[in-house]
Amino acid sequence: MKHWWWKIAAIALVLFSITMGFIGNVPRLDILNETIRNLYFHVPLWFAMLTQMGISWFFALRYLNGYNIKYDILSSRAAYVGGMFALPGIITGSVWATYTWGKPWVADDPKLQGVMAAMLVYFVYYLLRALIPDAQTKARISAVYNIFAFIMTFVFIMIYPRLAPNSLHPGNGGNPAFGRYDMDNSMRMVFYPACMGWILMSVWLLTILNRMKKLQYKLDNHESI
Amino acid sequence: MHPNLNTSNIIALLKKEFLLEFRQKTSLASILLYVLSIVFISFLSFKSGIKPDVWGALFWLVLFFAGINAASKSFFTESKARGIYNYTLYHPTEFVISKIIYNIVLLWVVCLCSVLTFGWMIGFPVQNVLLFILTLLLGSAALGGSLTLMSCISSKTGNSYSVMSLLSMPVCIPVMLLSLRLTKNAIDGLDWSVSYKYMGGLFIIDVIIISLSLFLFRYLWKE
Repeated sequence: MKHWWWKIAAIALVLFSITMGFIGNVPRLDILNETIRNLYFHVPLWFAMLTQMGISWFFALRYLNGYNIKYDILSSRAAYVGGMFALPGIITGSVWATYTWGKPWVADDPKLQGVMAAMLVYFVYYLLRALIPDAQTKARISAVYNIFAFIMTFVFIMIYPRLAPNSLHPGNGGNPAFGRYDMDNSMRMVFYPACMGWILMSVWLLTILNRMKKLQYKLDNHESI
Repeated sequence: MHPNLNTSNIIALLKKEFLLEFRQKTSLASILLYVLSIVFISFLSFKSGIKPDVWGALFWLVLFFAGINAASKSFFTESKARGIYNYTLYHPTEFVISKIIYNIVLLWVVCLCSVLTFGWMIGFPVQNVLLFILTLLLGSAALGGSLTLMSCISSKTGNSYSVMSLLSMPVCIPVMLLSLRLTKNAIDGLDWSVSYKYMGGLFIIDVIIISLSLFLFRYLWKE
């Protein structure tokens, strides 16, 4: 119980948010209507992705400070998990946009541009790791790219929406994350648990992938880390 | 450990870069030829004339890929043996500062040539010229800083040019978007007050890119 209570909490929170997300009460708003329920699925997935991005960035820094391969494994796994959460995030967003904005991708929304930049960074990061054969060089080079690219993306996500406040996202006024969503209190009761639940889920997935990769490393190199 | 940081070393390195550039004129000439042919192809493709906002987009795309072409050379020409020799002589920060300055100046030259070719073949619709020049200076400084680091990263992977353009693309999106918006403002001749915040954003990105490159280069440099 000592070590895995948070995993049970993750399952409970996600199940709660999915159930209440479909049957709970939501305010009736123009255009949004019932699609406002997407908030319980789309936004928490992005928060989980941002969390993984932060973890990946932090451990890339830790790796460069001392070159311990343990941190590189953690950092790269976090980047993989981040990508895994970004895909459903972008799909839920696109499906939602098809029915509210009329098309799955719009040209001039700073959030979409930021997200696309972040996704490209992830994919290029995977490619870069696949290109370098030697483990230590791979770790060092990809850590540098990780730090540089993720800071650029973060700056982009934080600065650009403030400069160009013409986002089509609901509840926007140049604010990149929490705006005044058109939420009432009953929605918050579902939204916050959903965020917590999905973030915990992503951390759980990260610990599993991390353990797998460590075992793989041990088998390949006959040394423990 | 590294030798101490020294300004005269930076100047010596810069001198070496420019001297090499002047001796092997092929590299600069190839970039100019690239710009010329791209502009000519786009002139042939847009027979009915290019609208001002398309002009801005086309200009920055040409500049971006010409910049990749130019900056990719900065580390591919360094052999491994010379790398180790440099390692004993210079502090990594000296080395990267000289590379960044060299690339920025090179990009400014590319900018000038692109403007001239664009003006010659396609036309020059910009109304607020001073704003346009400032955008070019700031935007290509940001491109130069990030392309230098990306060139160093991609030289470590072995297969050069395609990786270089892939690595740079997502990193340069913020720079490109801000520069495009400023260029559009300059083309439309909008009031300066509209552009201040974008200018500030571009400047902040400049500072972030260059300081990150200075900080991160020492980790790439060691073999």
